[in-house]
Amino acid sequence: MNFWKSTIGQKQLVGLAGLALAGFVLTHMLGNLLILVGPRAYNEYSHALVSNPLIYAAEVGLLVFFLGHVIVAMTLQKRNWKSREVKYAVSASGDKATSPAKKSLWAQGMIILIFVVLHLITMKYGEYYTVNYGQGEIRDLHRLVVDVFHQPGYVIWYVICLVLLGIHLSHGVASSFQTLGFNHPKYTPKIKLGSCLFAAVVTAGFVVQPIYVYFLM
Amino acid sequence: MNLNLKIWRQKNSQDKGQFMEFHAKDISEDMSFLEMMDVVNEQLIKDGKEPVEFDHDCREGICGACSMVINGNPHGPDKATTTCQLHMRRFKDGDSIVIEPFRAKAFPVIRDLVVDRSAFDRIIEAGGFISASTGNAQDANCLPIAKDHADRAFSAATCIGCGACVAACKNASASLFVSAKIAHLGLLPQGQAERERRALRMVAAMDESGFGGCTNTGACSAACPKEIGQENIAMMNRDFMRSSAKNRD
Ligand code: HEM
Ligand code: FES
Repeated sequence: MNFWKSTIGQKQLVGLAGLALAGFVLTHMLGNLLILVGPRAYNEYSHALVSNPLIYAAEVGLLVFFLGHVIVAMTLQKRNWKSREVKYAVSASGDKATSPAKKSLWAQGMIILIFVVLHLITMKYGEYYTVNYGQGEIRDLHRLVVDVFHQPGYVIWYVICLVLLGIHLSHGVASSFQTLGFNHPKYTPKIKLGSCLFAAVVTAGFVVQPIYVYFLM
Repeated sequence: MNLNLKIWRQKNSQDKGQFMEFHAKDISEDMSFLEMMDVVNEQLIKDGKEPVEFDHDCREGICGACSMVINGNPHGPDKATTTCQLHMRRFKDGDSIVIEPFRAKAFPVIRDLVVDRSAFDRIIEAGGFISASTGNAQDANCLPIAKDHADRAFSAATCIGCGACVAACKNASASLFVSAKIAHLGLLPQGQAERERRALRMVAAMDESGFGGCTNTGACSAACPKEIGQENIAMMNRDFMRSSAKNRD
């Protein structure tokens, strides 16, 4: 049995990459909260990140995890669609039903994928303003972020996507533990709760920025 | 009570199939769901029509032959209940009930509500057993088994192989069934010798049969008449990962 071709092996790759991405979104969210401290802290943090030579390794790693997660998850999803050719006329109800959030993991993922591409275009490859705090010119990312989050349409789109990310993570983090073989009657209920809390904290943390910029700046 | 039934009719695996409407009259609330189906069939026979084919055997919830998806729920609305153990008192006079076969590519419909579940047999043949020379059973006390292992193995062994897990899963995944067998044998000393090979071969047979993968929605355990838990799937994932890493073939 080839591990890489098996449904279990593939799912374990999806889970590992998903956990890595979950770690990334947490740190990204914490970095964004510097918006509350001020433009200088925000810009200097961002400058410190991009001027560290390790950033290239980190970016390649992220890209591998992201593409790996997307490609392998969608490969499994395609197989899962094909495994029931004739659909049920009535869907399950009550305890035997599957929640819409779990049925639509792939759709949440697709929207997150579109979001990430547009997000990179608007932010990372967006307008390059500069600012000088006395140690030479650095990028004024803060100014771009403030500009972007003054567009109501963008704020709404951003918030919707982050809520979807939260839904994806609330299932995903706990699910990865199960996929990787960890299930214990004492700890699994706590992992499930932790997964929901993690998702709520990440989404709330990300949403702080557009709300703060749009309403208070 | 009187019921409006919509029952799936399909001549063979090639036929497209369609729902048949049927008004079932004077159904007693003490009947089981299968007894209600018997009454329907007697009426159909009296009317000169083909009776509805459905699987059944023990009618006491232990053999795993009965199936059916009742209003979208495999084995009907009740927890820990097979279709044969579901009673008509669960329904009300005038209810509409939609009855479909278990649906999965790996479980093709043979006729009406009967599906071919031999994919499960192929998975068992791939490794769901212990190779042992016959002879006298050895003294039970020679094989120490931790109490919690015995309990978990026993609870996995209650799987009756009905396939409701596949029917309930949005991916038509057989993970719960396969993992119940892997856990049942893998938790006992007799199952150790073949434990790694078993995980590799049974998972391979599961994938080859066209079942989907597991998304960890838990719908399988909710539909399982024996309430087999998700813990078994985690054990299968663990055994499969470890066995793949150690595999020398
Ligand atoms: C930063 C973004 C993302 C994070 C943090 C993330 C995280 C996760 C995690 C932790 C899981 C659970 C894996 C498991 O159960 O073992 C998961 C599942 C899944 N993800 Fe993502 N994901 C992200 C983006 C995406 C994208 C862009 C897509 C697709 C276009 C996607 C599609 C899926 C699918 C389909 C599943 C379910 C796989 C299955 O059960 O068969 N995800 N995700
Ligand atoms: S007929 Fe045997 S379990 Fe239902």
